[in-house]
Amino acid sequence: MNKTLKSTLWIIVAFLGASAVGFIAVNRGENINALWFITAALCIYSIAYRFYAAWIAATVLAVDSTRATPAERLENGRDFVPTHKWIVFGHHFAAIAGPGPLVGPTLAAQFGYLPGTLWILFGAVLGGCVQDMVTLFLSTRRDAKSLGQMARDELGAIGGTAALIATFSIMIILIAVLGLIVVNAMKHSPWATFTVSATIPIAMLVGIYMRYLRPGQVIEASALGVILLLISVVGGRFIDEHNTLRLLFDHEGLTLAWFIMAYGFAAAILPVWLLLAPRDYLSTYMKIGTITILAVAIVFLQPNIKMPAITQFIDGSGPIFGGKLFPFVFITIACGAISGFHSLIASGTTPKLLSNERDICMIGYGGMLLESFVAIMAIIAATILEPGVFFAINSSAGVVGSNALDAVNKISSWGYPVTVEQMQILAQQMGETTLFARTGGAPSLAVGMASIFGKAFGDGLLAIWYHFAIMFEAIFILTTLDAGTRVGRFMLQDMLGNIWPKMGQTSWTPSVILTSGIVVSGWGYFLYIGVIDPNGGVNILWPLFGIANQMLAAIALCVGTGILVKSNKLKYAGITAAPLAWLVIITSTAAWQKITSPDIRIGFFSAANDLANKLASGELPAEKAVIAPQLIFNLHLDAWLTLFFVSLLWLIFIDMLRVCWRYLSGRSILPLSESPHMNSCLLDDWVRD
Amino acid sequence: MHTKLKRLWKIIRRLSGDDAYEVYLKNLHKQQCKHNNTECSKPLSKAEFFKKWQDEKWQGIKRCC
Repeated sequence: MNKTLKSTLWIIVAFLGASAVGFIAVNRGENINALWFITAALCIYSIAYRFYAAWIAATVLAVDSTRATPAERLENGRDFVPTHKWIVFGHHFAAIAGPGPLVGPTLAAQFGYLPGTLWILFGAVLGGCVQDMVTLFLSTRRDAKSLGQMARDELGAIGGTAALIATFSIMIILIAVLGLIVVNAMKHSPWATFTVSATIPIAMLVGIYMRYLRPGQVIEASALGVILLLISVVGGRFIDEHNTLRLLFDHEGLTLAWFIMAYGFAAAILPVWLLLAPRDYLSTYMKIGTITILAVAIVFLQPNIKMPAITQFIDGSGPIFGGKLFPFVFITIACGAISGFHSLIASGTTPKLLSNERDICMIGYGGMLLESFVAIMAIIAATILEPGVFFAINSSAGVVGSNALDAVNKISSWGYPVTVEQMQILAQQMGETTLFARTGGAPSLAVGMASIFGKAFGDGLLAIWYHFAIMFEAIFILTTLDAGTRVGRFMLQDMLGNIWPKMGQTSWTPSVILTSGIVVSGWGYFLYIGVIDPNGGVNILWPLFGIANQMLAAIALCVGTGILVKSNKLKYAGITAAPLAWLVIITSTAAWQKITSPDIRIGFFSAANDLANKLASGELPAEKAVIAPQLIFNLHLDAWLTLFFVSLLWLIFIDMLRVCWRYLSGRSILPLSESPHMNSCLLDDWVRD
Repeated sequence: MHTKLKRLWKIIRRLSGDDAYEVYLKNLHKQQCKHNNTECSKPLSKAEFFKKWQDEKWQGIKRCC
């Protein structure tokens, strides 16, 4: 293709992308088709990847295709293995894509479709993708070291310790909020509870098959597991319609929370081959398969978006969570635009497989672009619902009232008409008794996905699609829960091992039981509080998770910026410094508001004081008065935790500035820890076949 | 067409870890050749390798949010 033709093509892509974004942004009061979102996303991603990512790779990072990667230099046939770039891309994407980009955009849809969409698109190309790519590059140049190790080596002990604490904290909050999402999806839903429960024995069966019956036959065993999962989705209907059996799976949220905690504990101490590994195979296949089908269905069906571009809830009065558009849309979207957690995968894990530095752009930047695209699909699936229905599903009883009529009247008074009959018919179509106050994002996303699949494959199967979507969300939420609890256990064992070396032995049973118990108690506590919270719990836990996740992203960007400055690339440091500055602003503002806001739906302390006053004056009904002391304690704890997160962020931010200032003023600093250059001896046709 | 399908199948096997044992054997052989080992160490059995591989895989943070 000649240069003129190429330039013309890129001008057309730019024009198309600008038109699509412009149309999405200025459209008011008219139906807008989901295809505009897909067009805007694909054009922006293409331009960002072709120009911005390529420029960063070539000029800022100066990737060197002749340089041997850790996978080649330290090859051991197990974790360090030079691997084909598409295989690495697949592993990297499967690792970074969790429930975050599905749940965050769904919750943020309370502000309308526009704010979330814009942040997913621009936040990803300017922030999230850059963070993942730079971290991958830096770790590759440092023998695949983890983010914590790089922070310690390049910035000092403060950075390393902060990264370690941040990782552990985020893990606890993340698992709690994910557990809550699953609980809310299963609450009083025998069909969903049966289907989700069935994933446990199915995973174990697959594990036994792979371990004893046909060792290592992953595809064969996974195919068997996927078939059984699909049967369990269909079989759930039988359970739901059976008068006796349905009682076995019809539970209150609190009972389900205890089950989840017991399950998390068992998963952390059981051998990996029995539960965690086979569950991961199943969830990965389900994830990739379902997301692909959803993308194809959206492109072919081209559904109309029904949510307005911007709702009145940008003023902070939203029913799903309190807080104004700024900064809470950025905190809520989280992983769909930028996720600190990705930096833990991009360092330590993916570099051990990378065969050539020139693939860093595709894997680091491209992997996050795909994750952002998943978030765009989630926001489409949430906003094609009637807004009244969306708010009826996602608003807690504490906000709209526990009576169905009160709830629809309140939601309709906001300008989003919905009726009790409409909700009853919808619940019936989805095979549920009710869809009111099914907070957490998963049920509304499942309704949206079921509507799309229903249109594609026939409305008669809506209930099956709904429960398939619930199972799809739950299976990889539970994988993250299993894996997170186990990693938390290892981290805790490592920390306690410094005090008593015996505790550091990962296979010593008392240590395994004690540390697993501590980790499960940590997230179990937040899950318990989330479940008993009359406002649904997600309104507290998700922003807390968002703040922690953005804080971890800021730590990764601090490491990136510090190393760029130390590498004498100050003029290019803006690529990480700009998103870092933005994250520091939004995280600090959100934390400040969560701590000091007088609005009881935002400020933790004000909510605690309000509850304490009501309790003292006897205003609370008896059932709320019983749990009020626990809620008050938790609100105080959340406030202090937020303060701790933001203090940690500022500590490492100032430490990074100190290192940069020392370097620029010619003072002594820790040297760059980059490994020496070694020529690659890999033959292209061996590893890149 | 046949070659493309074979290629796709190879990618699926590699992505899923279905061929992990074959890769291990291949790498073990390569390592031994590289270091001119006259005495080859006995490779792990498929079942032993698979258990070790899974245990090691799940030591660190492998799944995200």
